[in-house]
Amino acid sequence: MLKTLLCGTALLALTAGAAHAQVSNNVIKIGVMNDRSGIYADLAGEGSAIAARLAAEEFGGKIAGAPIEIVVADHQNKADIAANTAREWIDAGNVDVIADVPNSAAALAVQGITKDKKRIFLMSGPGSTDLSGKSCSPYGFHWTYDNYAMAAGTARALVEQGKKNWYFITADYAFGHSLEEETSKMVKQLDGKVAGNVRHPLGTADFSSYLLQAQASKADVIGLANAGGDATNAVKQASEFGITQSGQSLAGLLLFISDIHALGLQASQGLLLTTGFYWDADEQTREWTKKFEAKAGRKPTMVQAGVYSAVRHYLKAVEAVGSDDPDKVAAKMRETPVADMFTKNGKIAANGRMFHDMYLAQVKTPAESKAPWDYYKIVKTIPAEQAFLDPAKSGCTLVK
Amino acid sequence: MFDLLGVPPQVLFGQLLLGLINGSFYALLSLGLAVIFGMLNVINFAHGALYMIGAFVAWLLLTKLGLGYWWALGLSPLIVGLLGVVLEKTMLSRLYKLDHLYGLLLTFGLALIMEGAFRHFYGVSGQPYPIPDALKGGQNLGFMFLPNYRGWVVVASLVVCFGTWFAIERTRLGAYLRAATENPVLVQAFGINVPVMITATYGFGVALAGLAGVLAAPIYQVSPLMGSNLIIVVFAVVVIGGMGSILGAIVTGLGLGLLEGLTKVFYPEASNIVVFVVMAIVLLIKPAGLFGRER
Repeated sequence: MLKTLLCGTALLALTAGAAHAQVSNNVIKIGVMNDRSGIYADLAGEGSAIAARLAAEEFGGKIAGAPIEIVVADHQNKADIAANTAREWIDAGNVDVIADVPNSAAALAVQGITKDKKRIFLMSGPGSTDLSGKSCSPYGFHWTYDNYAMAAGTARALVEQGKKNWYFITADYAFGHSLEEETSKMVKQLDGKVAGNVRHPLGTADFSSYLLQAQASKADVIGLANAGGDATNAVKQASEFGITQSGQSLAGLLLFISDIHALGLQASQGLLLTTGFYWDADEQTREWTKKFEAKAGRKPTMVQAGVYSAVRHYLKAVEAVGSDDPDKVAAKMRETPVADMFTKNGKIAANGRMFHDMYLAQVKTPAESKAPWDYYKIVKTIPAEQAFLDPAKSGCTLVK
Repeated sequence: MFDLLGVPPQVLFGQLLLGLINGSFYALLSLGLAVIFGMLNVINFAHGALYMIGAFVAWLLLTKLGLGYWWALGLSPLIVGLLGVVLEKTMLSRLYKLDHLYGLLLTFGLALIMEGAFRHFYGVSGQPYPIPDALKGGQNLGFMFLPNYRGWVVVASLVVCFGTWFAIERTRLGAYLRAATENPVLVQAFGINVPVMITATYGFGVALAGLAGVLAAPIYQVSPLMGSNLIIVVFAVVVIGGMGSILGAIVTGLGLGLLEGLTKVFYPEASNIVVFVVMAIVLLIKPAGLFGRER
């Protein structure tokens, strides 16, 4: 009985396969991998999976008769778990494309595997510029932001206000180091200087001693080269220690709207930050946010909006090529401009960097904020060419 | 001005003071653990989760009922303590005759469930809790700016720690408790209700965790993960001090806070492991801990 059933299913699978020979295993399988339980779970987490599902829904859940399936995994911010999951997904799970992967250490591990195994990798969460630099891949697309863009936006704005002397509080792993390095470079390039730095372990609760060292440095700006819960604890305790009242400025080099929400405007007002997406930017973003919020119960972060945009662009390319062959799809993705609610004029460069405009935003005061999540004033739009590093200087060997 | 190994003295004093503040948190939490282990022989892995619940209760009181910090300071430990009493009565009390490991596994499981539940409802970014108006601002001490609130935390936790030590080591009630842990049958024969005393002890121990949670709420984000970040260090403190030793927990908590503060000046990258290095050394030289007795 079981045997006949199995044979039947196999036969069915075969005939179905013949009809859509172009799509491998007759399913377009998208793996959304990120931190689902740790400090980055609110800025990526399930929200990124929801964003990917919203993109799939726009195609009616299937392309060329092949259903779009979305699977999720928690990498727990560990590079080894990320690498194992990616291998398992590709070797045994028939996953065609991996999306999101915040935490640069995890993303670098996945980039290596997807490059070897020729699978497309859509990076929305990670920030390290190496991902489109010396560790670039023909299949890797770096979508939402990177550390250079953060430095270019926030650091340039502050240095131009005359705040030239910087001190860094840095998360002690790949992402923090890269963010600090990019920002230092930008500060020095604009004739500023770096007074010093201190490195803290990922997931630190008490920042008082680092803040005290930063305060003692007498720098104009204390740059927070960290993210998520680390950044929020640092900002909250900086206000407790009277850092900003004493004339020093605080620069959150990577703050997400979920962090501002967690901090409350009282503690975060006046902070300058760079972001790739703001839900209240225009009619289109508000409309998409409504759909997202209905499912997630909160507004999207730039990482989640970026997952939507990247997955949508990937699916459009699959649809246009009529196949999920990674080489063909990657080529198609590169030649097609990106236009959706996330960006109006996005372009993918040879190193895999998606060029789009960024925003310099300032956090509103409690009096200015009219509604929940009404947090940002857009100070200016940073054009894509200024926001991101010139691919020729990225160190990526794919750029000729 | 003189420099110590390239570190100006004002930075050093500042770090020592901050170390004292962190140390008072360690002391308060490890005190609760030590009381519970000393009296019940249970390794209470749920301590971090109960600390987190203490902070969340304070936040819920403020946002849902409009009751401020000072209310929370009284109510939250009470609520967490009652939760502890329920846990002890319904689950833990069944395990006393078994190996320590069972108590550890049960409380570890409970901690995961509590954390998971809060994570599900409130996310991981945490909730903001303001510093009470009376304790806003700070003092300029010359070598550093000391927020009033942190000064209050040190005073409050030292008072509570000393009070607990006094109650257990120097009062009649404490004497009953200590006697009951040595020989419960004999103490019961003298007409003292030992099971009630044990339940009350567990309730009190976790109420201390709840209190630490309220004290922590205005400093850290009130987040489901706040307990698991701290609990491992606190366990190391208890092990170094000697399992079950009240004085050991207090002194070691403060001492390790200071040591960690110093590490943050000289080699910040190692600040999260220095406690464990000390633990390894202490276990090698004095396996029962600095203040523990060999059994």
